[in-house]
Amino acid sequence: MILPAVFLDSTNFVDACYIVAFGLFIYGMSGLTGPRTAVRGNKIAAAGMFLAFVATLLKHRVLHGSATPWEIALGIVLGTAIGIPAARNVHMTAMPQMVALFNGVGGGAVALIAWIEYRHHFGGDYALRVMIPSLFAAVVGSVSFWGSNIAFGKLQGIIPGRPIKAPGQTLINGGLFLICVASAVILAAGTHSQALFIVGILLAAAILGNMIVLPIGGADMPVVISLLNAFTGLSAAATGLALGNTAMIVAGMIVGASGTILTNLMAKAMNRSVPAIIAGGFGGEVAAPAEGTEHGGTVRSTSAADVAIQLSYARQVVIAPGYGMAVAQAQHAVRELEKALEAKGVTVKFAIHPVAGRMPGHMNVLLAEADVPYDLLREMDEINPEFPRTDVTLVIGANDVTNPAAKNEPGSPIYGMPILEVDQSGAVIVLKRSMASGFAGIDNPLFYDPKTAMLFGDAKESVAGVTTEVQAL
Amino acid sequence: MDRLVIDIAVLVLAAFVGFEVISKVPNTLHTPLMSGTNAIHGIVLLGGILTIAAASGALEKILLVIAITFGTINIIGGFFVTDRMLEMFKRKDPPKADEAEENQQ
Repeated sequence: MILPAVFLDSTNFVDACYIVAFGLFIYGMSGLTGPRTAVRGNKIAAAGMFLAFVATLLKHRVLHGSATPWEIALGIVLGTAIGIPAARNVHMTAMPQMVALFNGVGGGAVALIAWIEYRHHFGGDYALRVMIPSLFAAVVGSVSFWGSNIAFGKLQGIIPGRPIKAPGQTLINGGLFLICVASAVILAAGTHSQALFIVGILLAAAILGNMIVLPIGGADMPVVISLLNAFTGLSAAATGLALGNTAMIVAGMIVGASGTILTNLMAKAMNRSVPAIIAGGFGGEVAAPAEGTEHGGTVRSTSAADVAIQLSYARQVVIAPGYGMAVAQAQHAVRELEKALEAKGVTVKFAIHPVAGRMPGHMNVLLAEADVPYDLLREMDEINPEFPRTDVTLVIGANDVTNPAAKNEPGSPIYGMPILEVDQSGAVIVLKRSMASGFAGIDNPLFYDPKTAMLFGDAKESVAGVTTEVQAL
Repeated sequence: MDRLVIDIAVLVLAAFVGFEVISKVPNTLHTPLMSGTNAIHGIVLLGGILTIAAASGALEKILLVIAITFGTINIIGGFFVTDRMLEMFKRKDPPKADEAEENQQ
């Protein structure tokens, strides 16, 4: 008898809906632990989101004022009109850009809401408990928005992918961060020029967002995207705290946790600390002392026909894909090659380095798109012991993640980074567009290894050529 | 208990639950995980809705409509693209199901 009465109260009803909603988020996300349950999990989380949305509209005084429902509807119609075509048409190879962009708009929304929320309390008494999370959301949301936009620009090729550094970068970043914190403290302490300070905070955070991501090289993108993802999540949780909205708090923290876990995984896979990556990429300033002297050997070039023969008579072939496969959109060609080899009785496996590509799991998505069964995909730790038993390894558009210098040359800038030990296999064939070095500008001794042969050209065409030759054998 | 204290308790517990759940997600699904969490932080849409009623003046209204638009892009686009990706992972899950699906078509 008491329960229905409690829920008739509108506030409690809305809160109950929120509880169900975040329950659905958590349950849905736990479905992502396996490809079998993931589709359903995503739908469950979406249902939770819909419930949270409807419950919010039911909240007392939310639809207050005759114009409000129309303004909300306008935003939702616009968002749907932009979101659905974008999600429907994006190529799987462009997924990192897409994620960066979506992440950015989330951060932007947080910053805007925090700004308006703050304006509402000008002059009036504004409890610290609301103000602190609000200001946090403003700063982090703004950093995330601008940082994500720069990441998008770099991935899309609008901005050069190489690190862009200003002199005294670290100092400037530190200064901007101090401006943000100091302005926040001044605001919290109470000042007459509130409008000025809040805009100042947003501006400083915007510049900071730009400055953080501009110096980061393309291959560090997996770390940066994960980090920005965590930022957006935390800022959403802070907004939830300011508005006293449990659904936002829980959702934001789940995203924050996810982003943090991925950031750590990616940084670990590169053997670099997150601060070191933020402080700037390898850049071009790294001298290459070992170059030439140690592995000045000659590069052996090969042909599609030779590669086909080598592959067809192998017992086990491992394919190690990298960003080059994504750029050349070669995933479908690779799948065809895999099928052709399997028809010849060759065992084919894929070696996936955690930071291959431009975002966590990038290679997996591309290979899934091309219908490569995921039980053929092997993670780094799984596949490394198998290389000595592998007859031929095919490196497609991967460079730094296969560089043996990371293991053998203490002087190398990537020394210590865990790699795919492709040099342990019987023979290595590297598909590459030209002899240009990877993003890090580091020479790869693998190319000069006597058992390595290079197949130059566009990855897609090269793979298709090899497949034709294999089928003809 | 104070509302703020309760909210902070929720925040801390949610962080632990988040770590627990997300750390079990395999590497294969990290890209869908990122786009899925993108969709979930679209929940800031609620913040836009909650503040717009009290907004005054054209500037605030415009900014909040933008915020609502952003949140909606996140939610709709995020869930949609995640679904698209996950379907690709699902469809060749067990070989038998693959055939069954093809037969249905």
